[in-house]
Amino acid sequence: MFDSVLYILTNVPLLMKGVLIAVEITVCSVALGMVLGIFVAFLKIYGSNPMKKVVSVYEWIFRGIPQLVLLFIVYFGLPTIGLNFGPFLSVVIGLGLCSSAYQAQIYRGAILSIGTEQMEAGLSLGMSKFQTLFCIILPQAVRLSLPGFTNEFTIVLKDSPLAYAVGIAEILKYGRDLIVTSFKPFEIYFACALIYFVLFQIFFYLFKYIASKFEVPGFLITGQ
Amino acid sequence: MPLVRVEDVKKSFGKNTVLDGVSFTIEKGEVKVIIGPSGTGKSTLLRCVNMLAPPDSGKIWLQETELTNPKTNMHQMRQKIGMVFQHFALFKHLKAIDNVALGLVKVKGMNRSDAYAKAKRDMQKVGLEEHADKYPAQLSGGQQQRVGIARALAMDPLLMLFDEPTSALDPELIGEVLQVMQNLAKEGMTMICVSHEMGFAKSVANEIIFMEHGHILEASAPQKMFSNPENERTRSFLHKIAELYGESL
Repeated sequence: MFDSVLYILTNVPLLMKGVLIAVEITVCSVALGMVLGIFVAFLKIYGSNPMKKVVSVYEWIFRGIPQLVLLFIVYFGLPTIGLNFGPFLSVVIGLGLCSSAYQAQIYRGAILSIGTEQMEAGLSLGMSKFQTLFCIILPQAVRLSLPGFTNEFTIVLKDSPLAYAVGIAEILKYGRDLIVTSFKPFEIYFACALIYFVLFQIFFYLFKYIASKFEVPGFLITGQ
Repeated sequence: MPLVRVEDVKKSFGKNTVLDGVSFTIEKGEVKVIIGPSGTGKSTLLRCVNMLAPPDSGKIWLQETELTNPKTNMHQMRQKIGMVFQHFALFKHLKAIDNVALGLVKVKGMNRSDAYAKAKRDMQKVGLEEHADKYPAQLSGGQQQRVGIARALAMDPLLMLFDEPTSALDPELIGEVLQVMQNLAKEGMTMICVSHEMGFAKSVANEIIFMEHGHILEASAPQKMFSNPENERTRSFLHKIAELYGESL
């Protein structure tokens, strides 16, 4: 027992080398998902009817495909038609596309729950549509989306080990390398789990802190 | 020249005709109260006047500017038309004073200190100077609606539109909002109010407009409207309101 704990502790620093890449994958994928998600959400609310149909199909597709399959299509499939992305970019595209479909739902829900009267109120003061979006709708949408966004971020974080499948040296890959030489799968995978668990907590509380900074009466984001 | 001229305005949402040829004029300093059953286009009519819901056909003028002309800069014109909403529509992420000052800073381009000084005066006007730093969620419905009025007043409008300003309020909060509206009317503000507050209509309205199915059925001074309405439909509607509010008309 003591041996196992000691073994885990001595090898955690090595596994930590994979943490940075896991965080990079997560942040980049979520960022890509956010840009696409906001775009899709806006098209779905303010777009023309054919546009709404197009983005609905987009959401429908990317919510319906497992990330690993999507990842393999991007990494192994697209090169056959001349689109070559490196392993890192492939992971970010795969996870980002999937996340964008979910994030679009978060932002759409947030914008819709703000209601049309806020837009009317902004316009009735003589503000332009853009000014109203930027000064009125966006600040409220950010607050309303934060809980869902936090959730989505942590989900992507926990999906990031899929990068292992295309040979990226992240936490799980380093763990696997250790197991090959030490034959201690239980200890190593347990250490990996621990690292992900701690990472999850760090981001969870980071976003909770950010939410508390944005909190105003009437927008109780953190639920406290 | 009338302040506002509405000429044969028609508006449909899909197959549903909401306004079917509405015309009226309002002179500077006049107060008109629009009444009528729900779904007859009262709120839509207000939204046509400030072009939030542009009419399908017909014309609307504010002084000599035709609002229905696509070339008209509506952002500029809407500064002259204040609007007060049924559900207040305050910007919930901003303090009361920020709500009032926002238009001054963003639309009129005033510097912050001038804008906030002006906003403070408008908050005083509605009796809420001590609540300036509260968020909408910390105010009662009546107070929120008064902030809504102050926000519209801050832009120094020529005309104020009230879309059922008291219908979302508890009965005991209605009085404070009507008081502010009454003061406004006395100061000579031109107002179009969609409201079923008959006491208010009686005391300040120059004319009551009764609408049904997208038409104006009858428009006359409150005394005549209440004592001797011409239209049978108006009579029965007023009767129902009187029953509901327990007022003898």
